[in-house]
Amino acid sequence: MRVLIPSALQSYTGRQWVDAAGTTLAATLDDLERQFPGIRFRMIDEQGRIRRHIRFFIAGEAIHDLAAPLPADGELCIVQALSGG
Amino acid sequence: MNTPQVPADHPPTLLVATRKGAWMFHADADRRYWRVDGPHFLGHIINHLVLDPRDGRTLLAAAKTGHLGPTIFRSTDLGQTWQEAEMPPAFGPAKNGLDARSVDHTFWLAPAHASEPDVWYAGTSPQGLFRSADGGRNWAPFSCINDDPQYRQWFGTVQDGTPDGPKLHSIIVDPHDPKHLYFAMSGGGVHESHDGGDSFTPLVEGMEVVAGFDATNVAFHDPHCVRLCPGNPDRLYQQNHCGIYRLDRPGRRWQRIGRNMPAEVGDIGFPMVVHPRDDRTLWVFPMDGSDVWPRVSPGGRPAAYISRDGGESWQRQDAGLPQQQAWWTVKRQAMAADANREVGLYLGTSSGELWHSRVEGSHWQCLARHLPEIYAVEAVYPC
Repeated sequence: MRVLIPSALQSYTGRQWVDAAGTTLAATLDDLERQFPGIRFRMIDEQGRIRRHIRFFIAGEAIHDLAAPLPADGELCIVQALSGG
Repeated sequence: MNTPQVPADHPPTLLVATRKGAWMFHADADRRYWRVDGPHFLGHIINHLVLDPRDGRTLLAAAKTGHLGPTIFRSTDLGQTWQEAEMPPAFGPAKNGLDARSVDHTFWLAPAHASEPDVWYAGTSPQGLFRSADGGRNWAPFSCINDDPQYRQWFGTVQDGTPDGPKLHSIIVDPHDPKHLYFAMSGGGVHESHDGGDSFTPLVEGMEVVAGFDATNVAFHDPHCVRLCPGNPDRLYQQNHCGIYRLDRPGRRWQRIGRNMPAEVGDIGFPMVVHPRDDRTLWVFPMDGSDVWPRVSPGGRPAAYISRDGGESWQRQDAGLPQQQAWWTVKRQAMAADANREVGLYLGTSSGELWHSRVEGSHWQCLARHLPEIYAVEAVYPC
């Protein structure tokens, strides 16, 4: 699966698009962590909660559940949601 | 933090942590000219930037951004390159029937005793205590307090804390005993350990609380900043939500020494600065804590106050500072002293100005303007 990385996390990946494998959002984030150590904790807290200003989208649909299944050939967009100054 | 033993008049470096990044200011031999290095981590919220006094080279930075979770960055070449911690401070799973918590940000970084060269402590928001045994690369919850039901009660809720979250701060290691530790919490009181952190007990006797509340309830105590005197580790000073205090060990009762501050100024504030050698000399930077807590300099006239007699008397130090219409203040980590023969003082303002005094606050000069809101200033001596 192709994954769109927001600018705030490209210091980990070095590029905007990366490939990651996983049948769920959680598994895909684990694969990102394997490839780019440290990236998961910046998005998911130690209790497994999605951080306040991080959003995940598949085909324009927001995903709020880490256990949500992901299509093998889709594109996962990680977005840094708007937040104040 | 520990004050390094340095030759007198060695030029210091200022580590300035701000809401939008970090800067370093390197002094010349006379501390008249300063070379700026930065920004580092532009756009990141840096709550604390600290040099390890044990090697004079290692920097740790407590960072997060508006979108991303908290982390720690580490440099061993004075900020030329940075590496992220492999395991930043993070709470464990739910325990003892208590809610699971998540670190919002690391607020305070403190090197451990000189005999423990790779050990560091960190205090977080919400209140948590963490330890690294490998120079800041990996962090783990430390001591029993994070998941102790009694401490959880004393932590209070996020609503009980400061506007950007309740904090564990003022982590102090007794230079005479690596197992003798202190920390403080806004809110939640001052606490002490004699067994290297296996257990802590409150140290709040004599401290006052807001009128109408019960001073025997540790949860109601709000120490803003506690410092140990490098020249006498048995003496502590504290700036509290309710006054300025001194504690002489082995005593356990804090003495309110702010009563002699001018009534129109009061003894409310956030920073506490102690002299590197003289345990009778300290500085505070009062803040307007009236009615709605404006958190600005009283009357729009910023000033430091010095006591040279352990808090018996106070003198105003505002020469060089704006004399009117200056509505900034100084946060708890944003005022520091160096260790030179003539002690230099430094303060960073909520309006992004960095001020310094070459001789103990007798005259102030603006060192930098137009920085982001300054969260912390440390005066250090890189090797």
